Amino acid sequence: MDREIIIGLETHVELKTKSKIFCSCSAQFGGEPNTNTCPRCLAMPGTLPVLNKQAVEFAMKAALALNCEILPFCVFDRKNYFYPDLPKGFQTSQYTYPLARNGYIDIKVNGKTRRIRINRIHLEDDAGKSIHEKNYSLVDLNRAGVPLIEIVTEPDIRSPEEARLYLEKLKAILEYTEVSDCRMEEGSLRCDANISLRPFGSDKLGTKTEIKNLNSFRSVQRGLEYEVWRQNQALDNGEEIVQETLQWDEDLGVTVPMRSKEEAHDYRYFPEPDLVPTVITEEWIEAVRSTIPELPDSRFKRFVEEYGLPEYDAEVLTASRPVADYYEACLKFCPDPKAVSNWVMVDLFALLKANNMELADCLISPENLGEMIKLIKEGTISSKIAKTVFEEMFKTGKTASTIVEEKGLVQISDEGELRALVERVVAESPKSVEDYKNGKKKALGFMVGQVMKETKGKANPQLVNKLLLEILDN
Amino acid sequence: MKLNELTAHRLHEMLINREVSARDITEAVFNRIDEVEDELKAYVRTTKDLAYQQAEEVDQKIQRGENIPPLAGIPIALKDNICTKGVHTTCSSKMLENFIPPYDATVVEKIKENSAVIVGKTNMDEFAMGSSTETSAFYPTKNPWDITRVPGGSSGGSAAAVAADETIVALGSDTGGSIRQPAAFCGVVGLKPTYGVVSRYGVVAYASSFDQVGTITKDVTDCALLLNVIAGHDSNDTTSVKREKVDYTKALIDNVKGLKIGVPKEYFAEGLDPEVEKAVLESVEVLKSMGAQCEEVSLPHLKYALPTYCIIAMAEASANMARYDGIRYGYRTPEASDLIELYKKTRSEGFGNEVKRRIMLGTYALSTGHYDAYYLKAQKVRTLIKQDFEEIFKKVDVLLAPVTPDVAFRLGEKVDDPLTMYLTDSLTVPANIAGLPAISIPCGFKEGMPIGLQILAKHFAEATLLQVAYTFERNTDFHRRKPNYKGQEGGKN
Repeated sequence: MDREIIIGLETHVELKTKSKIFCSCSAQFGGEPNTNTCPRCLAMPGTLPVLNKQAVEFAMKAALALNCEILPFCVFDRKNYFYPDLPKGFQTSQYTYPLARNGYIDIKVNGKTRRIRINRIHLEDDAGKSIHEKNYSLVDLNRAGVPLIEIVTEPDIRSPEEARLYLEKLKAILEYTEVSDCRMEEGSLRCDANISLRPFGSDKLGTKTEIKNLNSFRSVQRGLEYEVWRQNQALDNGEEIVQETLQWDEDLGVTVPMRSKEEAHDYRYFPEPDLVPTVITEEWIEAVRSTIPELPDSRFKRFVEEYGLPEYDAEVLTASRPVADYYEACLKFCPDPKAVSNWVMVDLFALLKANNMELADCLISPENLGEMIKLIKEGTISSKIAKTVFEEMFKTGKTASTIVEEKGLVQISDEGELRALVERVVAESPKSVEDYKNGKKKALGFMVGQVMKETKGKANPQLVNKLLLEILDN
Repeated sequence: MKLNELTAHRLHEMLINREVSARDITEAVFNRIDEVEDELKAYVRTTKDLAYQQAEEVDQKIQRGENIPPLAGIPIALKDNICTKGVHTTCSSKMLENFIPPYDATVVEKIKENSAVIVGKTNMDEFAMGSSTETSAFYPTKNPWDITRVPGGSSGGSAAAVAADETIVALGSDTGGSIRQPAAFCGVVGLKPTYGVVSRYGVVAYASSFDQVGTITKDVTDCALLLNVIAGHDSNDTTSVKREKVDYTKALIDNVKGLKIGVPKEYFAEGLDPEVEKAVLESVEVLKSMGAQCEEVSLPHLKYALPTYCIIAMAEASANMARYDGIRYGYRTPEASDLIELYKKTRSEGFGNEVKRRIMLGTYALSTGHYDAYYLKAQKVRTLIKQDFEEIFKKVDVLLAPVTPDVAFRLGEKVDDPLTMYLTDSLTVPANIAGLPAISIPCGFKEGMPIGLQILAKHFAEATLLQVAYTFERNTDFHRRKPNYKGQEGGKN
């Protein structure tokens, strides 16, 4: 039987504020274990939380970018449970009165736009990290107290692919607003999924399971695909789905139930008496709204309309803000949108991928890339030579003209110089000449190749072609 | 009279007139401690070296002719739930027996800035949970008026130390009466300020929405002086209130003419000892004779105050106690085979019965299925009680009431009967529920044991409260009597 897939996602995103949410310790990732700590985030007796205003503003910014409504006030609650990396013995979260509600993200699935509604966004503090060794465990509290937002969708997602697309779009939007690094591998973006199946046409939700440990976009899709298969199998066999929390095992490619001990929590939420409610005024909201940059959707539209880019190019280039910024910076130096798009999307991406690098680490400045493309257009270098120059730029960060000069890569466009060379090649290739005259046009290519070889690729190919034809057809 | 028997304001005069040195005063206090502490057990730990060093600094300032603040060189005792950098802060619990805070509570910073001399850390009910100082994991403190009786609690050590002249002033904390009740039992002055007037930063939390640091002193003037030092907004405690600085000594006016006093009948309900009732009503008469207007008033929801307090305070306590897990600091069981066992054994061995009882009750009140009936209901009743007070304070300036249903009870008398013990707080918890300021001052005696008069005022009306207390004190002699414990001279300060 074919069943409808119902998925809701809960995504935790670390905010990259300067300091932690309730103390002034650095919120930076990494550092020697337990160095970014103080009496407050170690939950020493007698310490009290002081709310970091920047954390609230980052959360507001994210909420606004996700089309949410910011509520006039929010209240922190204590979420009680014991774990060694949870210093206070409770997480300070928001339960009854979250920061924001009723947002959405539009995603494109097979060319159609789908709207995924966001139920709520709330602010909370992160726990530390437990490192489990064979006979003992270690606790690093550097991360304890780093601000988090939890973004909870409505059960609007209808396939594992949509789940991945939603997350990718979420990441893009949050990166644009610069409130988070959204690095899944560093845990600054973490995702749990709720999934159930039901017969098409039914308006009743089936029993859901929750999947944790979905640590990459790939595992979100794979984990959900597996769970869809597993639930379908179970239902086909007449079994009932058990409501439980599952752990995605990336290596085995299966979901496995967590031990009930780990999931049977009564969190006993109640309002945090050490913090007064946070009042958020319209003025504050507007001030934060004014700091939100152009977001992916409108940038995509603009790229298509203003630069005449194909939708595919615009999609790829606007998927991440650094790329879109880089692209537009290049245009300032070389106003040829499609040429720049090709170099960024094809050549630059290929080199970054091959070297396992991020755009931020790239040595080629937008100005230098722009200049290089200009050199091609002016005929100073050939497109073929440009590939070599580009690789050199990528390695050294030098400008294209410097490389061209140092390596003597300037294209030979001197007709007299080339004519002599072409005549020599023709004289030395009687067989090819004969083939050409017998109608084998391919022979021409061979002779062009010979000229290029003689000039180490520097000969202007159009000119060589033209000269060859002149000589041969005479 | 011996130096340690004097008040802070009297000693301040003597210091600036160079009649005595801070060292002399400190010495008198430590001599007294040596004399009585073995029996009284008011302290968990004394800080003699620190005290002499601080006294020395004050003496040097005086030598150099510098002005000194009113509490400079004045010995002060701190309840052992107030964090002191480098000095053990145990909360009288095995859990924190070896805990040395790496920071000072805000009130301690203020005390140090004002050059008061820290004498030591006083005994208390474990984590401030108790009304007799008998739940201390170390030993009970005795009442200097009668060493077979309790000093009250949870700030019993601070109150006993002040009453026995083992210090000049002390700080306590009051969550449900923990300053006022021991002050009443020990015949001293105890003030719980409005919630938010004094920073809670560095004061180990019992029930966060009730806890408030306050003063225990020998008279109302010292109370105002010490409040001047500890009050004020603190950016480290977002529940502390931003207000203009008040000089509380300006409220020390011997005049209550035209002041409206309410006598809430619910405080005089069944269970109140007749002699205590008589003393309190006579106090009302005293103020009336001074020109105050009196009327009986009613707070209809007050009968729910104690259960409301118990539910909310214990719920908050259950979460506040969660950090004591044996992972980062404090007691850890020497042997555990896995995490769950580590938690169980650490907390079973580290906490005493009363703390465990409150954790369990609080956890229950917050649990799924019970939350609405207990915690949520209690919060609603809390609002009703607050509204009762708001209404009353539209009509009157202060309320007069007993502090406790009876005078200090005997050691061991109630410690095994938690419900009876909780009932001793029934007249003090309303002020905590509503966050109001309230003071306990001596107003009589029963069988040689002191009786306390409770004065309550509206939020931030500490000045009114001090004015009434000061007027009462100036026109009565109760505060002058000392327990005559081991050679106290008593009499006039």
